[in-house]
Amino acid sequence: MIDARNLTKTYGTKKAVDDLSFTVQPGQVTGFLGPNGAGKSTTMRMILGLDAPTSGTVTVGGRPYRDHPLPLQVVGALLEARAIHTSRTAYSHLLALATTHGIGPKRVRQVIDQVGLTEVASKRAGGFSLGMGQRLGIATALLADPDTLILDEPVNGLDPEGIRWIRDLLRSLAADGRTVLVSSHLMSEMALTADHVLVIGRGRLLADLPMSELLAQAASDVVLVRTPSADALTQALTGIGATVVRTDTEVLEVCGPTAAGIGDLARDLRISVHGLTPRQVSLEEAYMDMTRDSVEFHAHAATDPDADLIDLTTGSAA
Amino acid sequence: MSTLAAEPAPDADAAAAVDTTAGAVADRARTVQNHPVNARRVLASEWVKLRSLRSTAWTLLSAVVLMIGIGWLAGWGSNDSWSDLSPQEQATFSPLDVTLAGFYLAQLAVSVLGVLLVTGEYATGMVRATFAAVPRRLPVLWAKTVLFAAVTFGSMLVAATVSFAGGQRLLDEHSIGFGGDGVLRGIVGVTGYLTAVAVLAVALGFVIRSTAGGVATMCGLLLVAPTLGLLLPRSWQENLLPYLPSNAGAAVFNAAPSADSLSATGGALALGVWLLVALAAAAFTLTRRDV
Repeated sequence: MIDARNLTKTYGTKKAVDDLSFTVQPGQVTGFLGPNGAGKSTTMRMILGLDAPTSGTVTVGGRPYRDHPLPLQVVGALLEARAIHTSRTAYSHLLALATTHGIGPKRVRQVIDQVGLTEVASKRAGGFSLGMGQRLGIATALLADPDTLILDEPVNGLDPEGIRWIRDLLRSLAADGRTVLVSSHLMSEMALTADHVLVIGRGRLLADLPMSELLAQAASDVVLVRTPSADALTQALTGIGATVVRTDTEVLEVCGPTAAGIGDLARDLRISVHGLTPRQVSLEEAYMDMTRDSVEFHAHAATDPDADLIDLTTGSAA
Repeated sequence: MSTLAAEPAPDADAAAAVDTTAGAVADRARTVQNHPVNARRVLASEWVKLRSLRSTAWTLLSAVVLMIGIGWLAGWGSNDSWSDLSPQEQATFSPLDVTLAGFYLAQLAVSVLGVLLVTGEYATGMVRATFAAVPRRLPVLWAKTVLFAAVTFGSMLVAATVSFAGGQRLLDEHSIGFGGDGVLRGIVGVTGYLTAVAVLAVALGFVIRSTAGGVATMCGLLLVAPTLGLLLPRSWQENLLPYLPSNAGAAVFNAAPSADSLSATGGALALGVWLLVALAAAAFTLTRRDV
């Protein structure tokens, strides 16, 4: 279990992590979501004692990480930047870390097999592809059979097969009763993996809820209506209790009644309707809404009025 | 919670359900036998790291080759051009110092390797894995220091001995034996000096964290400072220059030290102070700064 209390990290005048409090429970996969630069990696480094919090505390299994006599058995971590000396072989890298905890070569070969690097175990890690590097990082995390896993963007650079492998691995680790914290900036990936989500933006906690609740929230239906008489229809729809957002001169986003209901209402009022499209808010959009104000760098497309017509669902082929 | 944990609960399922936060993890069957992190295991881990980098062997080999090669070359050269030396030069000639002259370049190889052992980890990000495994951090500093000091001492003792023995043969009639005045002090002294350089380099690596910066600082301290110091007023030179690591080291192992030089004991003490300050600075930055 990971327990953060009022965790704050300031670099100069910039608050990378701002008064973050959360608990990560064992037995489930917890997704740590946020745009790039939201403070996910900083938070993870603070959990591991690599960065000292400016204020606040964070404990793993009831005490600060550095106070555990067997740290690698408490937390196994894969950090964003590859934490591997490029001139060393995968085997030697793992053996060096294993030796600090008296773990022998047998276990080292075991994790190498588990992540599928057997054939390149004696090759220098500098020549590894991004995906192989990620696998070696995961081998490092698994080395001491830890109670808690902290993985920073583990699917980065993995092929579809690798992504599926990670997903299954995370689920089985959680099923064993381990605490699993996985960061990602991809909502679609988390939707398939996580049981619980922590969403942060600009270092602040935006949401802490079960995945099922987030999915239910995102499922509220919206109907896109195109009509030349937008004013009259808005008035009528508001009258029956619908929420209407006018996104263009002739386009309304209606929340409440069904598409059929809106069509019938328009017919009754003799208002012509040129388009009627039911649209389910994707999880990606729910996430975008949540983090919109906290994104560090907006792409120019985000200010384009047509931006919300672009399908934002990121293809995470399985 | 505490009463549940202390006594066996009548209903095991209910207890497990209540105690999910701590119990589920603690009860998980372990397949891997782990042992607490201690100084010995960190030292063993650093040994694995040291011997699994090809650069270690090459740099160490170059230090040995430089030490021996230059010693022999100087021995042969001095013997060959003996008749060109002035009577005064012949009178102050030290067969010991000549055959140990290789230390001047060997110390560069040792410096580079010492700095690299630390900054290589910072440059590649390995350092985060290292300190995730040893979050108390200081054991890593001590292990790297002790290990590299031991490796340097061992290899340089052999190199200095071989350099002296071969160099004396090449010096022929101007040579001295191992029993000669100050010879053992010279051989062990130069090895001790190079070991001090090794420790200084490791410590500086932790303070500076960048390879270029660390190597430049070592070169500045060992090579540039003594030369640049000669531009200072004479009175300053007398009070400062003998305490520089290079001059303090020379006071320990040179048979014919310069006029301003400290005594052998004084030189060893000055080197010791340098090491203490460097290690204290390394320990301070290592524990205070983020990785």
